Amino acid sequence: MAELRFTKDHEWIRVADGDVYEIGISDYAQSQLGDVVFVDLPEIGKQIAKGGQAAVVESVKAASDVYSPVGGTVVGVNDALTADPGLVNREPTGAGWFFKLKTGDTAQFTELMDEAAYADYVKGLG
Amino acid sequence: MDKSQGRSAQEAPAKELPNFVTASGHRGLQLEEKLIFEQGVPGRIGVDVPDAPKGAANKLGAFARKGTIGLPDLSEPQVVRHFTRLSQKNYGIDSGLFSLGSCTMKHNPRLNEKMARLPGFADLHPLQPEKTVQGALELIDTLAHWLKTLTGMPAVAMSPAAGAHGELCGMVAIWAAIQAKGEGATRRRVLVPESAHGTNPATAALLGFTVDPIPANERGRVDLAAFEKKLGPDVAAIMLTNPNTCGLFEGDIKKIADLVHAAGGYFYCDGANYNAIAGRVRPADLGVDAMHINLHKTFSTPHGGGGPGSGPVVLSAALAPYAPLPYVVHGAKGFELVETQRAGTSPFGRLKGFHGQMGMFVRALAYMLSHGSDGIRQASTDAVLNANYILARLKDVMSPAFAGGPCMHEALFDDAFLKDTGVSTLDFAKALIDEGYHPMTMYFPLVVHGAMLIEPTESENKESLDAFIDSLRHLATLAKKGDQADFFHAAPRLTPRRRLDETRAARSPILRWKPAQPPAPTAQAAE
Repeated sequence: MAELRFTKDHEWIRVADGDVYEIGISDYAQSQLGDVVFVDLPEIGKQIAKGGQAAVVESVKAASDVYSPVGGTVVGVNDALTADPGLVNREPTGAGWFFKLKTGDTAQFTELMDEAAYADYVKGLG
Repeated sequence: MDKSQGRSAQEAPAKELPNFVTASGHRGLQLEEKLIFEQGVPGRIGVDVPDAPKGAANKLGAFARKGTIGLPDLSEPQVVRHFTRLSQKNYGIDSGLFSLGSCTMKHNPRLNEKMARLPGFADLHPLQPEKTVQGALELIDTLAHWLKTLTGMPAVAMSPAAGAHGELCGMVAIWAAIQAKGEGATRRRVLVPESAHGTNPATAALLGFTVDPIPANERGRVDLAAFEKKLGPDVAAIMLTNPNTCGLFEGDIKKIADLVHAAGGYFYCDGANYNAIAGRVRPADLGVDAMHINLHKTFSTPHGGGGPGSGPVVLSAALAPYAPLPYVVHGAKGFELVETQRAGTSPFGRLKGFHGQMGMFVRALAYMLSHGSDGIRQASTDAVLNANYILARLKDVMSPAFAGGPCMHEALFDDAFLKDTGVSTLDFAKALIDEGYHPMTMYFPLVVHGAMLIEPTESENKESLDAFIDSLRHLATLAKKGDQADFFHAAPRLTPRRRLDETRAARSPILRWKPAQPPAPTAQAAE
């Protein structure tokens, strides 16, 4: 698996193929949300700015926005989440990915937290 | 307990029967019954319908029904018992303390109901000629007058049907004012604090505005520095809830209003929590441009299944010309419902077919007039006092979300006191049901971890608050004792149904009953 990077809003991102990235929410995020019951995915072809609202994830506790860690164009969404939103809880960084984004600016990726830095960040949240 | 027969008070409790079940399935007088659809027997009927006259022709032609309509055949006692049982399973403000924060479940005075049932109000039709409904129009006008007086605002739109509808009304008025200034294409951003009601960003988004969140500071209020940074020529408005959903008064509200006005934007105030300040604070003095007032909360009209909402919106002089149609005026011809645009005004349109929720207007005015200005001030004061009493009596065993200060009408706790106990906010709330209380609002507001938001309202007396607090203290102490996770996970125990599977209910809901054996194929085709 390619390297994961994280945002302070608890999204993860990894290189899927060249300048195409795969994005989802972290294990910490899914554990805080509780059982996910609904995921609203962006439309393919939608332009999203870095930090822009991309998807919505709804659990038995709350509905939260999912922000895009990098700016780009949506080139794929995980349709499996519509039928089985529990994938987000079971495999948050695997089969529970949300959408794929094609970006012109791959440097944005390396500015994000790596796994160790994110683990420290989560620890700091208590 | 009963010492008259010489029994020891220390007598061992009656042996509990494990897995005790009754032959009937009923639990004492708590009855189990089949769904109403499963109770029907073909041909059973509660009314005596006369036969059609002999030889009468069926004139329905192709419109004649071909199959059954799928309703159960029942006798009258079955129907009465079914709905009586359902009503007994319900828990409402008429059954006990209803601590749901942010919902303001206050007592609905019976005087309001008596007034609303007067035939002169109850039997009106909205299409009656104006001259036959002068009293009703005068009531709308009088209520509008007192709403304007209480808030200090020059205009009010009476027609919005509820809080979010009122937000829409206020924000459309702001949008219309921006359009009139020729800034419709540039002022596209609406600032919404994280401590606002969830409907605020939804309203802004529905109108096509970009929603820009403002973080809360460590005191649970708007972070003023972050707010100032977000201001700009593209900002249409700020939507601020005050008191906010943390139950806290936004102390910088006047400064926020001045800053947004200086930047050319408008100030929408979510007045859902107006019940904490009615009679004490005039929104006009805070620089508000538009604010909805939930008659179904602040002015005690029933809601939450008990009646429709009603959300009149008070407007500043800058927004008054855009107020929606219709509205009531008083002139030489008596009271008039203005249905079309008049000179000097530019109404943005209309929000409802008619004039608003008449039944709620009657109740709200009855509440206002029976309380008077001193009574309304007293109600706000008592609501705040009760919430602070709860905060003060629980702060040593639960964890206030924002320590070091009083709250307004609701007390907010986080789940820090449950840390490492294995008990979650949800488990804690479920255990409160066994104690005989409707749980507080859970996991909202989102800015507080594992939030528990308690709004007792002014309706509760000290004994009632003490009993509720004692239950919460008992549960908090029990949870913190350690090793109690299993006890809490198994709650509730004493309800008609135990812990419901909320995840499955959300993921694969069964939304309608279906017969075990399909009826005639024609009826199925009609579904």
